[in-house]
Amino acid sequence: MGMWLFLFTELILFGGLFIVYAVYRYTHPDAFHLAAAELNTFVGTVNTLILLTSSLTVAMSITAVQEGKKGFALALLGMTIMMGLAFLVNKYFEWGHKFEVGIYPGAPELLAQPQGVILYFGLYFVMTGLHALHVIIGLAVLLYVFEAVRRGSINAGSYVRLESGALYWHLVDIIWIFLFPLFYLLH
Amino acid sequence: MTQAAAHTLPGGRGFYDEPGRHTGIRGWIFSTDHKRIGLLYLGSMSVFFLTALTLGVLMRLEMLSPGKTIVEPQTYNTFFTLHGIMMIFLFIIPGLPAVFGNFLLPIMIGAKDVFFPRLNLLSWWLFMIGGLLALASVFFPGGAADTGWTFYVPYSVRTSTNVLPALIAAFILGFSSILTGLNFVTTIHRMRAPGMDWFRMPLFVWSLYATAWIQILATPIVGITLLLVAVERMFGVGIFDPALGGDPVLFQHLFWIYSHPAVYIMVLPGLGVVSEILPVFARRTIFGYKFIAYSSLAIAFLGSLVWAHHMFTVGMSNTGMFVFSLLTFLVSIPSAIKVFNWIATLYKGSIALEPPLLFILSFIIQFSIGGFTGLMLGALAVNIHVQDTYFVVGHFHYVMFGGTGFGLFAAMHYWFPKMFGRMYKKGPAVVAWALTTLGFNMLYFPFLILGYMGMPRRYYDYLPEYQSVHVVATVGSWVLALGVIILIVNLLVSLRRGAIAPANPWGGKTLEWTVPSPPPMENFDTIPTVTTGPYDYSEYEQRSAEHP
Repeated sequence: MGMWLFLFTELILFGGLFIVYAVYRYTHPDAFHLAAAELNTFVGTVNTLILLTSSLTVAMSITAVQEGKKGFALALLGMTIMMGLAFLVNKYFEWGHKFEVGIYPGAPELLAQPQGVILYFGLYFVMTGLHALHVIIGLAVLLYVFEAVRRGSINAGSYVRLESGALYWHLVDIIWIFLFPLFYLLH
Repeated sequence: MTQAAAHTLPGGRGFYDEPGRHTGIRGWIFSTDHKRIGLLYLGSMSVFFLTALTLGVLMRLEMLSPGKTIVEPQTYNTFFTLHGIMMIFLFIIPGLPAVFGNFLLPIMIGAKDVFFPRLNLLSWWLFMIGGLLALASVFFPGGAADTGWTFYVPYSVRTSTNVLPALIAAFILGFSSILTGLNFVTTIHRMRAPGMDWFRMPLFVWSLYATAWIQILATPIVGITLLLVAVERMFGVGIFDPALGGDPVLFQHLFWIYSHPAVYIMVLPGLGVVSEILPVFARRTIFGYKFIAYSSLAIAFLGSLVWAHHMFTVGMSNTGMFVFSLLTFLVSIPSAIKVFNWIATLYKGSIALEPPLLFILSFIIQFSIGGFTGLMLGALAVNIHVQDTYFVVGHFHYVMFGGTGFGLFAAMHYWFPKMFGRMYKKGPAVVAWALTTLGFNMLYFPFLILGYMGMPRRYYDYLPEYQSVHVVATVGSWVLALGVIILIVNLLVSLRRGAIAPANPWGGKTLEWTVPSPPPMENFDTIPTVTTGPYDYSEYEQRSAEHP
């Protein structure tokens, strides 16, 4: 129950950002439309697929642990962690490309754009940045869980920590599912 | 507790005798026992409270005469900012829940500890890190923050002072608050003793429950908002900066979506303390138990919908102002239900005027004044007149200090014997009550008058015609400070010299009075089974009915 409540607070944390997004989308609809075309839908789609699949593997690892298949569970957790890393690498190249073409907070090229575009990219960096931070935290949690499964302290009799870790990972996933259409698809 | 005390307490020193895995100071700061954590909060919070109180007294001294009295204008700005940040984030928000909630909640519902003891300790550590960071920001180059505790943009983005450490400190403190709330909700749901059904819970627990939900639901919003201001300062993303297209009013909305419910985080536990202490000293069953319990939840719910009444002058739509004004009036209904029930509880009671009850009586009167001035502020026309004046300052000090602050003093005097196993001297406690009540009203009632005359808040200087009222307020601040000093000294002396406290010095009926003072390590030898409600004074009521 504590973990669910905690996830709830995380959702509200992002909820604040979604409110800001909604307000500015309402006040600057055209600029948001225009700016969204700048984003690479392909990279975004790939990242969405990666995260969704990683949610599947982490969910499967719980079942694997429940059935006592330790090796299989470790493999699934390992895959989840690898996919999380792949997501970050993708994100890194995406952000890097934006920086190259002069889209980052305070960049002279960006400041020359209409205010709605500045806001769009301000939100883009803050929201995907905060999400990436959550991916990193989620990876740390998964590494800890991985180690605990390997040592056997998480096993078929006691897997609350694994469940909590997986829940957190699902949260990271679900936030992305909302970020993806809002930034990449609406244009 | 000192060594000397160890030799004189006959029944041993309860949980003080069992430091756990560590000894000495480490036995405290690494302890996961809810009672020790409560006392840790009490100690650290008292230090922050006294610091902020000193700042407040200095501010009053500065306002003694127009122009410069003791400090420069910039110093004055940092004074009211620090006073606000420390009083709100380090004293009133954690005050009752973190100290008395931690110490008493598990005992009151018949549990050995909270549901997540280690998380509880983490909350205290976060609290200390945040608190010390806020204090340290004073000494970093650049000077202490001067934005006021509300961090309004765009000034908070542009000022060169140390806003960033203050923002991060508030963010960390928010985290600590969320974790405490989460812990309490889980504890109340999962750890009640057999027979302790929802409507047998003490009303203090009900108020903690409502508070904990607000902490969980509202705090993340301010977390993200402060984080955005921090990001804005570091990278200039433009979300709140009008120069880049951002909207400062949006900041105010997001800020008050948390900070207004936070007001109820501050006051609800105070209301709970009143409901807890009144029946004990009136020797009567509380009047309207269910109404008081539900009104806590109603306040928590309605309180979440009224945030924009802080912003009537920023230029909202008339419809918006009308709705928020109406909702603000609605909050007064559950608040008034509580006040009427308290008075009905006192009616025909066998009242014992002990210090805790005295503080509670001051609470009820001052809270009512605070509530009524709140109604005046909620009315649109009056609000325009007194917006950002001393009237507002007077109003929230009446609720926060006159309410929650006095509730905390009452709680201190009520549960002191349980926490430390000793009684305090009644005489000095009554003197302290008289001085704090007198000083408080002498300090803040003039604020209401000043505000109505038009004195703006946070101003360093003022016109000569305000001076006579300012002088009264400043003298009031000295009386109040003297009262607080006597109160604290009396309690500190009693820690060592007080008479040994029995398990139940006041005749309380809730579970914490069934265990020895101070309570043993895991509170109960065997988990109790609860068969009656929390305020069963039927034997007294029967007696007074037979011999009217």
